[in-house]
Amino acid sequence: MGALLTPAFGTVFWASIAFLVVLMLLRRFAWGPILQALSDREETIASALDEAKKVRQEMADLADSNESQLKEARAERDRMLREAREMVDKMISDAKGKAREEADKEVASAKEAIVLERKSAIAELKAEVGTLSLEIAERLLRDKLQSSDEQEALVNRLIDESPLN
Amino acid sequence: MNRLILPLFALVALVVSSIGAEVVAQDHGHTEHADHIEGAEHDHTDHNEAAEQDHSGHADEVAGGDQDHSDHAGHEHVEQTDHTEHDHADHADHDHTDHAEHADFKAGEFIIHHIADAHDIHLFGEVHIPLPVILYIEGHGLKVFMSSALEGHGHGDRHYQSTEGVHYTMHAEDVLGDSGEAIAAAGSISANADGQELSVWDVSITKSVFGMLLILSIMIWVFGSIASQYKKNPGSAPKGMANALEPLILFIRDEIAKPSIGAKADKFMPFLLTSFFFIFFCNLLGLVPFIGGFNITGTIGVTVVLATLVFLLTNLNGNKHYWGHIMWPPGVPLPVKFILVPIEVFGIIMKPAVLMIRLTANISAGHIIILAFSSLIFIFGNGGESIGAGAGMGVFSTLFMIFMYALELLVAFLQAFVFTLLAAIYFGDATHEPAHH
Repeated sequence: MGALLTPAFGTVFWASIAFLVVLMLLRRFAWGPILQALSDREETIASALDEAKKVRQEMADLADSNESQLKEARAERDRMLREAREMVDKMISDAKGKAREEADKEVASAKEAIVLERKSAIAELKAEVGTLSLEIAERLLRDKLQSSDEQEALVNRLIDESPLN
Repeated sequence: MNRLILPLFALVALVVSSIGAEVVAQDHGHTEHADHIEGAEHDHTDHNEAAEQDHSGHADEVAGGDQDHSDHAGHEHVEQTDHTEHDHADHADHDHTDHAEHADFKAGEFIIHHIADAHDIHLFGEVHIPLPVILYIEGHGLKVFMSSALEGHGHGDRHYQSTEGVHYTMHAEDVLGDSGEAIAAAGSISANADGQELSVWDVSITKSVFGMLLILSIMIWVFGSIASQYKKNPGSAPKGMANALEPLILFIRDEIAKPSIGAKADKFMPFLLTSFFFIFFCNLLGLVPFIGGFNITGTIGVTVVLATLVFLLTNLNGNKHYWGHIMWPPGVPLPVKFILVPIEVFGIIMKPAVLMIRLTANISAGHIIILAFSSLIFIFGNGGESIGAGAGMGVFSTLFMIFMYALELLVAFLQAFVFTLLAAIYFGDATHEPAHH
């Protein structure tokens, strides 16, 4: 039993040397690199997860912006279509208005021309009628004042008639 | 489950049969042993002196046990007589005493033989793997010879007479002095020359030392290759051995070191990892049958080194706070301090000592239980006289041993875990910065 409970010198001797040597060797060549590799890998994984999260967020953001861009584009298209339609309408109505104006102007100038024509026609007519009347009157007078009596009579009458007083 | 149990059953059955073979061989070994002594020719002449000495040595040995006496008497008698007579006398002597022994198979001796450290690896029967015996003898220098040079196996003291005239004796029993104090432990080697006892420092590669060196070299190989694997493929997923052992490394770092020690965990990681894997692998090696039943972590010489390292690491790293708590415990009345301080100071040594005792006792106990159950078979078998009872007991014992083996696998891990955890807690106590004052 003594052998079981008493540490043997040789065992302690070898255990101390061997354990310490292995401890130093493993610390230098195994535990250091292993623990370093493990913590490195943990960091890599953590950063990869972070990055994935970030990328996912970015993707979501991108999708959002795509959506909004699409919406904007759609709105833009609608607006453009509306504007185009409006413009067309306006152009048509403008054209119509102008045409009517032109027509009105034509009509007005035509009317004016007609009035002027008529006026000149009337004036001409008046002048014609005047000359004609003068001729007639000349002729009548020539006929009537063939005798000197008659001429006398007339002068008298005219004198009578004229308001000399 | 079935896949697990079947090989385990086979394993245990094989262990039982191998142990059985061993016991039988031991019983019959006596006759074989007689034929074994070939070097007895030179033995003889030299033994005379030794024998004389033995005489005086053994005569003093009162507490050596009763039936030992007859054994020793036989041996000494033989040494003084002729070679051929040796066999006869030995045989006769044994037969004489064996009658009593035969009835009660000595389970205690059988078990202690298996769990104690030894100078060779006992595989089965008479097959031993010799290990180098390295002795530093004052005045004679370093002596190295294989343990196979020591004559005889398992039958009393073993002797080797070197050509330089030094006589080596490996003691079979604890040798006690006049007042009952131990002079030499069982399995220890003493040397004498010219009738003078020499002062021997035994630094032999014993079974436990061999197992320990084996495990340590396996550890260097395993963890060295894992480290190079990590270096070659940084950041990649672990494969093979690294994959198997990485969870354990992470377990020690994240579940033991970091919660117990905190910020300074990194400093203690190499020791915690090395001691955990050393203890765990040694415990597992102790469960492998057919390789001589290593009991490395059940050898107190190994655990005392581990405990001493824990003691040194704890106290060399102890900060002001730690020593303050021991030398002048805060928050207790003055008279209580006088009681507490000696307890705390005693605790400095007691804590690592408990680690040592717990590990040694648990691992040895596991081996003892398994061996006890196999011993039961031979006790009930009554030395081959009641085969039926032996077979019946064999079935019962085997079932129980299956259970024990499963339990021992758990204990192998658990004890490594407990040792590492408690060491980490002690380190944590020593380096913990005060937060509450």
